[in-house]
Amino acid sequence: MTATAQAARTDVAKAATRPSFPWPRRNPWRHPWILESFTWIYLIWSLVPLVLAVLFSFNNGKSQAVWQGFSWRWYFTDPLNSVAHDPVLQLAVLQTLKLSAYTTAIAIPLGVTFALGIHRWRGITSASFNFVMLLSFVIPELIFGVAMFFVFTTLFSGVGLGTLAETLALVTWNVSWPAIIIQARLATIGNSYSEAAADLGCTPFQTVRRVMLPLLAPAIFASAVLVFSSVIDDFVIVDLLSNNAVNTPMSVYIYSQQHGGNGGPALNALGTIMLVMSFIIAILGYFGYRLMTRGERGTSTTAALTTIAGGT
Amino acid sequence: MTSPATVRRGGWRGRHGRASRASAPHNRVFFIILAAPGIIWLALLFIVPFYDVLAIGAGHLNLLTGQPIAVYNPAQWSATNLAGSWHTIFGASAYLLPLIWRTIWYTAAAAALCLLIGYPAAYFVARFAGRRKALFLVLLIAPFWISYMMRMLAWIDLLQINGYVNKVLGILGLPSQIDWLGGRWYTVVLGLVYGYIPYLILVLYAGLDRIDGSLLEASRDLGLSRARTFAKVTLPLSRQPILTGMLITVLPMLGDYFTNQLLSGTTGTTMIGNEIDAQLGTQGFEGQGAVLSLLLLLVLVVPMAYYVRATARSAREAA
Repeated sequence: MTATAQAARTDVAKAATRPSFPWPRRNPWRHPWILESFTWIYLIWSLVPLVLAVLFSFNNGKSQAVWQGFSWRWYFTDPLNSVAHDPVLQLAVLQTLKLSAYTTAIAIPLGVTFALGIHRWRGITSASFNFVMLLSFVIPELIFGVAMFFVFTTLFSGVGLGTLAETLALVTWNVSWPAIIIQARLATIGNSYSEAAADLGCTPFQTVRRVMLPLLAPAIFASAVLVFSSVIDDFVIVDLLSNNAVNTPMSVYIYSQQHGGNGGPALNALGTIMLVMSFIIAILGYFGYRLMTRGERGTSTTAALTTIAGGT
Repeated sequence: MTSPATVRRGGWRGRHGRASRASAPHNRVFFIILAAPGIIWLALLFIVPFYDVLAIGAGHLNLLTGQPIAVYNPAQWSATNLAGSWHTIFGASAYLLPLIWRTIWYTAAAAALCLLIGYPAAYFVARFAGRRKALFLVLLIAPFWISYMMRMLAWIDLLQINGYVNKVLGILGLPSQIDWLGGRWYTVVLGLVYGYIPYLILVLYAGLDRIDGSLLEASRDLGLSRARTFAKVTLPLSRQPILTGMLITVLPMLGDYFTNQLLSGTTGTTMIGNEIDAQLGTQGFEGQGAVLSLLLLLVLVVPMAYYVRATARSAREAA
């Protein structure tokens, strides 16, 4: 070994041990406090306005901007404008619940059978309709709503505008939730269960009924929760397809009252009722899902949370 | 060792082992029947309606009633509505073109802000939240469960002239009589960001959470700093979630007509969605509304197809 090589080697060694910055090396695995603060600021920005909006539904005054003391007047006590006494507000609550129930009841069986069929029936027709189903998932709601508006006022004019049109459109709009979630679940389950069932002599119907449906139960449940809550929140479709006070759900009522004028805290009360409804569904959904996937591998709190929010 | 071929030809497993293959035609019918209701539903209530929009867009007006008449035979289609829409977009007195530019610029600004705010938050929760992950996730997902209208209502409350935003500005000694809801573009853009960011964050979180932590550890072990690891490993791996997340926020933003109605309500901030919504409710203009929504669909069909393909691919990979 020559002296120069020796020198070079010690140089390299020195360079390796010397900190590359004049200040002492920081812990490379330190907690990213800046990032955490940023996340908290985002969360505050995203949630505090909502807390205040809920608070204003208890405002003892007509303002949605200035706090005038606590009261239940916009829920019960006001004899004219409270949710409990204004028939229009009650109709809106009722319509939202009705649409959610109808849509869930139709869209879930439709989407589940669609997914089960498409999963096993490989062909050009099934592939095309799977593509159509996925398109219905990403198409902007306004474009879809316009198509629904026209089809129910011209081609299927027997349907007309109203609850039936709203339900039919909402089912079409939401059927992709169960279809996508069930297909994802079927892909995770794999074919071994249904093949085993077939080997043991099950007919396809028995396989679906006795093996696949129980295995899919958590996914079906999660998609039902998603459909129900997304109908509660839906606005564009029902806005385009509703035409009177009887078939106007909460979201459309809030919109029509608030834009172009001060709607008053009764709207906040209505919004709070919507919020509570959604949260009850979410909490039931979360615990229901946890219960159904109990003892399964790979189901954590976070996995259940993202599933309930539609993150497949 | 029997080869698969002999098995299929009828070895001892012929009857049982490959039962599902042997009775494939029978199975196929069953699964076709299973898929049929959904397929018929989509055909009647998704494909037919779009043909109907086309027929109305290519149809004409009933001059007596002012109602649009759908023409279902392509041989008789007329370009009257298309010409009308074209005229409003590119004609001499075109009032739609500025509106289209405004839509694009609002959407681009809002989407960029969504990404700038959403990515760090999603990145933090996916990578560093540790045992508090569930808590952060609940807080991130909460807006997803709250109605869009309620969330807009919250800002309408805060942004009024005597609302809390102006009060806070007053306390800080800043101008505090700002009429936020009087047709300001920044109010609308912020409204769009606020409205659509939860969807983006959820997609980003799911994508970032899927990144294998050992890749990042390897990069750090090999001497890359935190910033360089992010730039060389995390960012390239999160390209797909960023793209799909952007699409999931941009597509609905382009069809949005309620955010700026609620937060501004003036003609100075209207977007393309407002125009479609207005034409739908104006007698004699339904045909042009149909054309306009089809044109929008035409522009968006490529990104939509891309999104569908990308999600289908990632679903396959996840399985």
